[in-house]
Order: sequence, then structure tokens, then C-alpha cells
Amino acid sequence: MQEDTKKTGTAKGYLPAELFLAFFKVGAFTIGGGYAMLPVIKQEVVDNKLWLGEEEFVDVLAVAQSSPGAVAVNSAVFIGYKLHGLSGAAFSLLGVILPSFLIILVIASIFAHYTENRIVATAFSGVRPAVAALIAAAVVKTGKPVFKKKQNFALAALFLSLSLGLGLHPILIILAGALLGIVLALREHRKEKGGGVQ
Amino acid sequence: MILLQLYAAFLKIGLFSIGGGYVMLPLIQKEIIEVRRWLTLTEFVDILAVAEMTPGPIAINSATYIGYRTAGFFGSLFATAGVITPSAVLMVLAAGLFARFYENRWVQAAFTGLRPAVVALITGAAVFVGRASLIDIPSVLIAAGALLLFTSTRLHPILILLLSALAGIITGFI
Repeated sequence: MQEDTKKTGTAKGYLPAELFLAFFKVGAFTIGGGYAMLPVIKQEVVDNKLWLGEEEFVDVLAVAQSSPGAVAVNSAVFIGYKLHGLSGAAFSLLGVILPSFLIILVIASIFAHYTENRIVATAFSGVRPAVAALIAAAVVKTGKPVFKKKQNFALAALFLSLSLGLGLHPILIILAGALLGIVLALREHRKEKGGGVQ
Repeated sequence: MILLQLYAAFLKIGLFSIGGGYVMLPLIQKEIIEVRRWLTLTEFVDILAVAEMTPGPIAINSATYIGYRTAGFFGSLFATAGVITPSAVLMVLAAGLFARFYENRWVQAAFTGLRPAVVALITGAAVFVGRASLIDIPSVLIAAGALLLFTSTRLHPILILLLSALAGIITGFI
């Protein structure tokens, strides 16, 4: 992608290589992904390396969470770019994705040979309902703060019926949600203006 | 060409998974299972289980796995490149140019509206996966037990998945 993405010489002292190693560690040692990775990134970037202050890190998170894509990948690119421009971003990015990429490649190439195995097959028949439960648990977790506002419950029900009932594409649902948020805020804004608040 | 299709499909998935990793699930369901038919739903659930139990972001794990299953090593390379392209481009822009953009009132407003949509989409994914994996009494019992453990204990999710695998093996052999 970028200039020179090959690791050269020793890691010590060369910032992009240090970024690579730090994010490699993050990628290799956080299982489950997503928000589980944030404390590990913080420990590495704020506490160990002192690359960012606490407050700067909070800013990074705000941007990384409100952008498309995996939060860990977003944080890696953002922090890498802030510290060392494009090469910093490229090395951080490679670092954070390489462990997953390599581990999954190995598993995918092995797994294909064992799907017929009775133990593997029965194990997966047990894991599948648990995955359904895991996603249901994610609904509970993401829903809790959202449903504090009662109108959100009705909105979620509306979106769910559009998605399950009409089979609308998830991209449309996401865009509709964003648009609705803007429309609601616009109404609020008008009301405020009418009331003399800026 | 399949590699470019993989890249494009995962680019789309990466671009629209806003608001947490699980938003990717309905996108993958639509793009990979229903439109492209590269995977069956059962295969997808198995991949999710593997992705949950291995290190790293779920997005990268799923892209690598699905890419590999669809078109081998280069498939995994193109799928992974696709899913990270939006992150890479947008984050470089954000870090370099307009970090303030994210504090903008209307961006925040869009995000507020997005949240109930995201919850709805994840609910849809749970229903979809549940329909395919709750197929008999043992699987319903395992799902109920796992849900209880996920929501009311602090047990690590991997441990719960491993326990479920064990339950699957036991019920499969009796």
C-alpha cells in the first residue's frame, strides 16, 4: 500500500516498527474483538508507551467509534497517523490485523479437513445455539443504554419490522436511522430557535 | 472476477458497519449469504464461533475466513483488504484534516438516530441465526443456558462457547 512496509533492522527506536509491535500485541492478545480491545490499546499506547495522554485517547475513541469499521483497526490507523504520518498508519494497521489474519488462515486451512469428524461436528452443533445466544446477549447489552429513551424502543421496533418483515437491506436501515436522527434534531433545533435559545 | 467481488463486498460491509462489530452480521448475512451465496447460514455461524474464540477484531477474522473459504489465500487477502479500506482512508482523513467533524452537531444527531437502528439490526441477526441453530430440544436448552451465562455471569465468553461445545459433544454421543 504505502511507501515501504517492510520491517527493516531492529525495532528499537524506529517509531513505525514500535507502532507495529505495539498493535501486533493488541491484535494477538485480545480475544472477542471490539470493545474488549480498547483497554488493551489504552494500556499499550497511554500507559506503557506514553504516546498519547488520557484525554487525547478519549478523543481517539470518540472518532474511532463513530466511524465505519472495526474500532481497533480505526484506533490503530488514527494513532499511527497522528504519531508518524502515513507510514505510522500503515505499520499500525498491519500490526493490528496480522495476528488475526495469520491465525484464521491456519484455522481455516485445517478446519476444512475436520468438518466430517464426529467430535468436531457435534462440538459445532453445541456452539451454534451458543452463538445465537451470544448475539442475543449483544442485543441486551447495546439495547440497555439506547432504550433509556422510550421513543427509541418504538424506533427499534419499526426498524426491526422493516428489516425482518420487508427484508430491507441493512444499509438502508442504517441510512434511515442516521437520517431520522438528523430530522429529529432539526425539529428540536427549530423549536429551540423559536424559544429564543441559540 | 471473484477476488474483486470479494474486495467489493467486504468494502461495502466495512463501510456500513457503524456502531459496533455486530452490525456487520446483518450486512454479511445480506451480501455474502443471500446475494452472493458464497456461504450457507450454518457455515457462517461456525465462522462466527471461530471468530469469537480467536484473537483480534471480529471483522478481520470473518473477512479472512470467508475469503479463504471462497477463494483460498488470495480470497482472504482481498476480503481483508476490502473490510479495512474504509477504516484506513477515513481515519487518515480524520487524523489529518477534520477531527472536529465528529463533534459536529448533525453528525452527533445522525449517530443518535443510528443507535436504535443498530439494535434492531443486531436483533434481526439474532433471530436469523437462532432460526438456523435452534433446531431441536438440546440446541434450545444450550442456547437458553448460554444466554443466561452471557447476561448474568462474568464468565468469559470463550469459556461459555467451550462449555456449549462440550454440551454438544455429550448430547451428540448419547
